[in-house]
Amino acid sequence: METPAIRTENLTRTYRRVRRPGAAVPVDDRTPFLALDQVSLEVRPGELFGLLGPNGAGKTTLIKILTTLLAPTSGQAWVDGLNVTEHPELIRPRINMVSGGETSGYGILNVRENLWLFAQIYGVSNREAKQRIDRMLEVVGLTDKAGSRVSHLSTGQRQKMNFCRGFITDPKILFLDEPTLGLDVTAARSIRRFVREWLQERPSRTLLLTTHYMAEADELCDRLAIIDKGRVRACDTPGQLKRLAQKYPLFEIQLAPHDATTNFSDLERLPGVHQVTRSDTPSAIVLKISLWEESAIGSVVPQLVAQGGRILTLKKVEPTLEDAFIELVGHGLESNGNGEAK
Amino acid sequence: MKSSFELFWRAMLARMYPRVVGLVRIPSWVLQETILPLLSVSAFVLIYRAMGAPEEYIGFVILGGAMTAFWLNVLWSMGAHFYWERDSGNLELYIMSPASLMAILAGMALGGMIFTMLRASMILLVGIGVFEVRMMPSSWLALLSVFVLTLLALYGLGMMFASLFLLWGREASHLVNLLQEPVYLLSGTNFPVRVLPTAVASIAGIIPLTTGMDAMRQILFGSEGLWPLPVEIALLAVSVVVFIEIARRFLRYFERRAREQGRLSIRWQ
Repeated sequence: METPAIRTENLTRTYRRVRRPGAAVPVDDRTPFLALDQVSLEVRPGELFGLLGPNGAGKTTLIKILTTLLAPTSGQAWVDGLNVTEHPELIRPRINMVSGGETSGYGILNVRENLWLFAQIYGVSNREAKQRIDRMLEVVGLTDKAGSRVSHLSTGQRQKMNFCRGFITDPKILFLDEPTLGLDVTAARSIRRFVREWLQERPSRTLLLTTHYMAEADELCDRLAIIDKGRVRACDTPGQLKRLAQKYPLFEIQLAPHDATTNFSDLERLPGVHQVTRSDTPSAIVLKISLWEESAIGSVVPQLVAQGGRILTLKKVEPTLEDAFIELVGHGLESNGNGEAK
Repeated sequence: MKSSFELFWRAMLARMYPRVVGLVRIPSWVLQETILPLLSVSAFVLIYRAMGAPEEYIGFVILGGAMTAFWLNVLWSMGAHFYWERDSGNLELYIMSPASLMAILAGMALGGMIFTMLRASMILLVGIGVFEVRMMPSSWLALLSVFVLTLLALYGLGMMFASLFLLWGREASHLVNLLQEPVYLLSGTNFPVRVLPTAVASIAGIIPLTTGMDAMRQILFGSEGLWPLPVEIALLAVSVVVFIEIARRFLRYFERRAREQGRLSIRWQ
């Protein structure tokens, strides 16, 4: 049986609450803060696995444990078959991590020198380092800044440099924590394309990605774990997760507005039709028709035409990952579940 | 897989690089590191001259000024520097890498030594040129050996301090602050250390700066030392092994504790 690239078993991490002197409400209630709660996951070699969750969900804590920066409170984790607590020194040559918004590097060095420095601590030869740096700078569009001091870079350029840092050591397992945070659309798109290509170059490579961006997760990930308040709520392919969010096939039909007087409620009496909702806009009447079974759309369309409706558009509404997230977690990515907007 | 030695070497040189590059790219540091330290050294020289103290005392002050530069470098550019590395996000990248923290610290030390050598050389040159201090080493080989051993022991001590910063933040800075001034006194930076009470001087001998400077004064000025020169050289050699070994163990221990407590990547603490 193939060794999983990453495996966790009931992984739990708590943090001691910090006393804040002078705070109106005593914060130190001696109850540890639960950042990860019994997380069990398995990532296969060659997989691009995503962790999707709001701020404070536990994504970064999980990554820190897997990258040997943090010890679990209980439970176990293995990276490339090696236990993170027992063999951190054997795991480290095989991994790398890039965090969005990180401020690492030395301002006094230029981009190329910084990348060279971080290649050296992985034992990459100078020749190899140069080749990889050149390639990566081209990927992120930073070639013209190779000789610029890091202190002179913009936040986005610095983020691109850090992205390069993760790849120049050619890790077997790479952790990307919000890699496109703060990047412009074009840069984010080229980074997403590169990530896919990088994985395809060598099937043994594995990538674990955390992101806030639903579209990014949907586009990139082979499988996703939805994580909230330290717990994994669901883990599946983006397609399967989206299907979870939609119990009934849904169609949207737009009709010409002069049919406004027509009543479409009798559509619900057709066999296979579950529910019909109508909303009027200045340019069209929009019918959302959910069906018990998809084939029922075949009887809906002739009925509409028979009632004098003039169909402008007809489309099947696919659920989004956001729909799935809300269905599973009970709130969107932008709120933390306590009614507070983030 | 790279050999451990090759990885250590590469990591050490890589971490040394920003410090060396800094010398060239921020030349204003040269002024700060050479002119300012001369002021305090000059003050002591003038006091001793006004008091009519033995001429070798002027040499003590010049040598003390030069060697103190290394002590400050050990405390602030190595020990406390881990704190800065953590705040800037570099520390977690070093820890996550296959390179040992010893290699990273050795790189800091090497870069720091090159940087500090400039300051120390300037003080010596001014001492010899302006204050006409006569230094006549009885043995160049002994002088070089003592100097190298002193630096190795001193930087070993610095590695020990650095390990504390893995677990503590500002608390460790206070410790460094606390150590700075007493060491000036205990190492006899500006006076012959044998004037200290025997018990105090013996304890002070644990500090490599004390033994190292005392040995160098014996070699350079033929002055009477705390212990005979061969004993001091042996003490320094033992200090090198002991401090570096303790630093290695401390680094391993404190890294494990910091991982458990989640302090490796906490910033602004």
